[in-house]
Formats: sequence, C-alpha cells, structure tokens
Amino acid sequence: MIRTEEMLLNVGPQHPSTHGVFRIVLKIDGETIIEATPVIGYLHRGTEKLAENLQYTQIIPYTDRMDYLAAMTNNYVICHAVETMMSLEIPERAEYLRVIVMELGRIASHLVWFGTYLLDIGAMSPFLYAFREREAIINMLNEICGARLTFNYMRVGGVKWDAPDGWIEKVRDFVPYMREELAGYHDLVTGNEIFLNRVKGIGFYTKEEALNYSLSGANLRCTGTNWDLRKDEPYSIYERFDFDIPVFHTGDAWARYQCRMQEIEESLKILEQAVEQFPAEGPVMAKVPRIIKPPKGEAFVRIESPRGEIGCYIASEGKKEPYRLKFRRPSFYNLQILPKLLVGENISNLITILGGIDIVLGEVDG
Amino acid sequence: MTDKQNESNEGLSIEEQKKKAAAEAKAKALELAKQRQAEKAKPVESAEQPTAELELTKEELKKKAAAEAKAKALELAKQRQAEKAKAAETAEPTTTEPELTKEEQKKKAAAEAKAKALELAKQRQAEKAAEPSDTTDETSDDLAKQKALAAAKAKAAAAAKAKAAAAAKAKLAREAGGDTSAQPASDDEKAKAAAKAKAAAAAKAKAAAAAKAKALREAGGDAPSETPAGDDEKAKAIAAAKAKAAAAAKARAAANAKGAAAEPAAEEKPSPNQPILDTYIKVIKEHLGEDVLEDSYINRLSKDVPTLVAKPDTYYKIAEFLKHNDQLRFDYLSEMHGTDFETHFEVYNHLYSYVNRQSVALKVKIDRTSATTHSITPLWEGANWPERETFDLLGIHFEGHPNLSRIMLPDDWVGHPLRKDYEPHDVEV
Repeated sequence: MIRTEEMLLNVGPQHPSTHGVFRIVLKIDGETIIEATPVIGYLHRGTEKLAENLQYTQIIPYTDRMDYLAAMTNNYVICHAVETMMSLEIPERAEYLRVIVMELGRIASHLVWFGTYLLDIGAMSPFLYAFREREAIINMLNEICGARLTFNYMRVGGVKWDAPDGWIEKVRDFVPYMREELAGYHDLVTGNEIFLNRVKGIGFYTKEEALNYSLSGANLRCTGTNWDLRKDEPYSIYERFDFDIPVFHTGDAWARYQCRMQEIEESLKILEQAVEQFPAEGPVMAKVPRIIKPPKGEAFVRIESPRGEIGCYIASEGKKEPYRLKFRRPSFYNLQILPKLLVGENISNLITILGGIDIVLGEVDG
Repeated sequence: MTDKQNESNEGLSIEEQKKKAAAEAKAKALELAKQRQAEKAKPVESAEQPTAELELTKEELKKKAAAEAKAKALELAKQRQAEKAKAAETAEPTTTEPELTKEEQKKKAAAEAKAKALELAKQRQAEKAAEPSDTTDETSDDLAKQKALAAAKAKAAAAAKAKAAAAAKAKLAREAGGDTSAQPASDDEKAKAAAKAKAAAAAKAKAAAAAKAKALREAGGDAPSETPAGDDEKAKAIAAAKAKAAAAAKARAAANAKGAAAEPAAEEKPSPNQPILDTYIKVIKEHLGEDVLEDSYINRLSKDVPTLVAKPDTYYKIAEFLKHNDQLRFDYLSEMHGTDFETHFEVYNHLYSYVNRQSVALKVKIDRTSATTHSITPLWEGANWPERETFDLLGIHFEGHPNLSRIMLPDDWVGHPLRKDYEPHDVEV
C-alpha cells in the first residue's frame, strides 16, 4: 500500500497557466487537493485611488488595463456610467460603432480563452488557429483606434474616431470568415475524446452555488441560468438585435466551453445586423461640455463583458473628478469560487478548473 | 441644466466663459431655426411621432431602427428641400418686417443668418464632402445669398441699413467659414475646430457689422455687399471688445431663458420603480417593524434603482430579510463596496433577485471612528472577497467574516489608501 502525507505546494505567482500573476497555495495529500488558498494582489495598481485625482476622460485609459483582453467593454462601462448620470443622448452612429467594437472584443477575448485553455490542458494547435483569427480582429481594432489592446477609444458622449473608409466592409467580410473558422474549431476540438475526458464533469457547481458566489457571464449561464445583461437589462442599442443567450445546464467545464463557443456565434449575429443597420452618416460624438461634470449623486451601472457582469459605481460631488470610483470586476468575483471547486480534486484538474473560470488578472487585482 | 452650466463655468476664465456663452447663444439660434425647419418640412410626422414611439414594442423598435437607417437618406433630401424653400422665403421678411421694431428686426436677422451658417456647417460636417449632392447645396446656397442680398438692398431705407449690413456681414462670415469646412475634415477634431473658428468669425463679423453700420449709413446702402473680406479683419479688431460684450449679454439672456425653460422640466413624474420600492418598504415594515430603515428613495441617477438605507444595527437583519423573504428573494449580490464620505463610511450593496427580476441597492452608514459593521458573507458567499477588499482599502471591519485579512495590499501595509485622509507611510522619510 502506498503511504501519502500532506504537503504544501505553491503554484505561481509566475506560472504560465495563470495567464498573469496569480498565486495559489495548495495543501495536497498525494495528488488530491485538500485545501487551496488563492493569493492575489500582485497586479494591484490602485486604479480606484488614482481615479479620484483624474478627470473622467483621463480615467478611460486606466480601464484599458483592467481587462486587457476586452478593453472595449471596460471603456464602455465608465462612459455608460457617466452618461447615465448626465442623461446624455448618444448619436446613433456612435452607438453602432460601440456595439461593433465591443462584440469584436468579445470574440477576440473568447478566442484567447479558447486557445490558451486548450494549450493549458495539452492541445498545442488550437492556440495557433485562435490567435490567427484574433489577430484579424486586433488589426481591425487597431485600424479604428490606433491601439491593439489598450484602445482608449470611447469617450463620454460617443467615440473618439469615426470608422475609416472601408472598415465596416472589413467587419462585414470578417463575419462569414469567422463562421467558417469556428466550424473548423468544432471539428478540431469539440468532438475530441481526450478533450471531453478532461472537461466533462470537472469543476461542477449548481445554479444556487453560482448565484451565492456572485458568478456571472458564462460561469453563471453554464448552470442553466438564463441571464445576460445585453438582453435582460438592455443598454446601448442591444435591444435592436436579434440574438440568443446560450445556456447550458451541466455546470461543468464542458458547459462553460460550449457556452463561450456559442457566444462567439451569437456575437457574429450581432455584428452582422449591426453592419447592416449601420447609419451611413452622422456624428460620432454627442454634444458634451468640454469639462465633464456629472451631477452630485451616485450611480451604479452594470453591463455584460465577455467575463461577466462588469459594473461601475461613481459617487460624484459635481466636480470634474469622481469622489469615489469603483469597478465591479467580474474576474474578481468569479475567482472566489475557486477554493471551493478545488477541494477534493486531483491536482491535474487544477488548471482545467482555473482556466474554465476565464480570469484576467489585471481585472482581478484592479 | 442651468445649474450645471453655471457650475461648470466656475473653472473657466472669463475669456472661456465668453466664448462658451457665445457658442450657447448660437446653439440656441440654431435650434430655433432647426425647429422651424422641422415644422415646415414635416408637420404631420412631428405631431405623430411622440405618441407613436410610446406605443412601440421591442419588436417594432427593432424594425424601426432598421427603417430609420434607410429613412435617413430621405430625410436628408427633405432637409435640403426645406432649405431651398427657406432660401426662397428670405425674400419675404421684407414685407412683414416693417411691422417689427428695429430691435427685433436686428435680432431676427442676426439669428437667422447665424443659424443658417451653423446649419450649413453642420450639414457639411455630416456629409464630409463625400456627398455628390454637396454641389447642389452650394448652388442653392448661392441662390439664397443672392436673394437675401436683394432683400437687404430693398430694405436699404435709412432705418434698416444697419440690419442689412449685419446680414451681409454674417454672409461674409459664412463664406469664410464655408471655406474652412470645405476642406475635407478628416476627423472630429478638425470639424470641431472648423466649427469653432466659424462661430468665432461669425461673432466678430457681427460686431464688425455693427461698427461699420454707422459708417455705412453715411456712405450709402450698397457698400456692405461690396466690402472686401480684407477690411473685415480691421473692423473685427476694432469691434472685438464690442463683440465680446454683446456675446456676454446674449449669454446672460440665454441663460435666463433657459432657466425659465428648465424649471418646469425639473418637476419629474414619479419613477416607474416607485411602486416596487413601496412594496419593499411595506413588506419590510410588516415583518421587521416601523423603525428599521433610515431612508429609502429612488436613485434617479442610477437607472431608477430603489435604494434602501439601513440603520447600522438593522443592516444585517434587513439584508437577511431581503435574501430569505419569499416575496423579495434577493438571491444575488451583484456588487459590494465601501466609500469614505469623510463624515461617515458607507457600504453599498447592489442586490438582484433572479426570481422577481428586480434590483435593489442596500446601503448602510457606518460611524467613522469605530468603522465596524456586520459581514453579509454568511448570506452571500460572493461578498467574501469584496468585504476583504473594503477592509483592506478602507479599513472597515466586518464582524462575522470568515477570513478578514488584506487581499490587495501586503499584510504589513500601513493605513487604508481609499480613506480620504490617507497618508502614504514610508519608513525612510
């Protein structure tokens, strides 16, 4: 008989599978995890403290650095919060541009997740394909705002730049291309038995647990909860588009995988419609005062980022800087359930479970 | 609106304020002109739309949006037509205007001229030179100019001279402005700059017109149309001070007018979420007693979210009730954080009920010296890390939290950075 004994295993903070700087202290008995203690804060930059001395427009670049895989949604959430407070009317063309870049960002983010997740659990080639398609998106976003990741594209009242000539056509052409590639991914990965064995039934939690742990995004929808802020608390112009919310019921890593892959498809649907309805002309910026001063009071808004609910709370004193700014960062909330999921699991499932939550450490640490 | 603007004026220099005021006055004129146009162009549509929009379902909204995109091209064409019609009408005022006082005539002419200039600028910005219809616009514009000129000449009676000069000057300004915007503005910045330049030019030209008008009265009626643009600049320089004063006066008038307009709008109708809030309060009072809530209101700025402010000692009780009561069932904690309001701390929770599909904000004010409240982690596991974060950055202690320790900062950090009186601790200083 094999004798085992408890030992401490430190994973990270520098570990490729954490996609950032995340440390987890494991207490293991043989290969079974008895206790897991996440340690975060290595990327804490004090965005909220810095923001108290910045004007609203100056804060937008800081949001790019939170969830750097889908910075457009971060840009949007702070603009949306200020616009809600000031009851601003956003020009239609700007709204369409915002939706298009946000959905492109969602696809790019899911592609990174798809590629790196499979890389984590041992499949090399999907990563290369996913990053090829992602590169196409990044190039498009680069063309519209001049940056590949830290966009700083949106402003309170609209967007900074109009789409260059032919850009909308590029997005239009991208949709069928991406559909084709997505079918390729499914052929390559989705039916793969090795992959299925790694993800089916792993990292399971129920709907009640998901709600109790404040999970959101695909992490919530994999438990059979039909919830997407784009549909349920519509913001921007999302109510104009016809799309579905993928919901799965098994609550495991496999359901989360399916959920995200289908979300790519739904985002493509939105893109298709947005490109079709795109207004031929019009301003991309509303009439806003040069110095933005939301009225005295507080507001909390939440929108759907690729990782879940991203929210922004502003307490304003009517000055040009916020009195208090707080981001509800989905990765931070989603990561809380990790210690619970890991207990009793085999150590080889650690990466499958962590990867399945889809965190961005820049966002976890704020 | 007025309050906001007044406040935002504080940070500006007098220069900027004047500029802003001038811009505002102009924007108003533009709006007026636009309204008039809209009334002329589509009296039936404008009457129908507001009610129709209210009744639209989501489905219809979608259709509408799609249709709108198409309808835009049509509308643009309509606008152009309307403008032509307007150009024709500029000749008409000659007959009606004698009935007005001089003051009014002047104001009207100036406003119209300016509105037109701005409108043109706007259209050009929107079309960005790419539209082939630009040329037709220009010709119709020229026509308008000629007609207006004729009208001005006709009115060359001694009393109306000043006004004619003003109109002509505005036209000149418009031409000058037109030149700037005719260059293909490649982005927002340029377009904005052009608009600003134009606005400034218009204001100056107006003042110059006023100054010149005196001279012209002596010289003869036809002069204004022949004045070369070069002279303008001198006159501008002379009259710059006057223009500013006039703009300031105008702005004041505009502000007054706006203030009057804003007041009735301030009386808002009750929020659609008011009944929901009333239900919450009723249920809470039924079960927990009359005296558990410190305050409750609809937060207008935050998408009308019903907001409850619990008393420090009833905070946990209310939170527990909100979660477990069969009518309320707030099973999801969406957000939890704290704020230092200097007189007190405040903890803010955004709760959501997936059963009833409703939100509520639950707040509690905490004494700053003790900085202690009850943890709600036993109710919502999701509050675990946010409470640790609040403890770390604000130093609020949550009683009953399973593991209240620093989460973002190192364990040996001194102080809580998000407190307003935080001083960075550095042992070497």
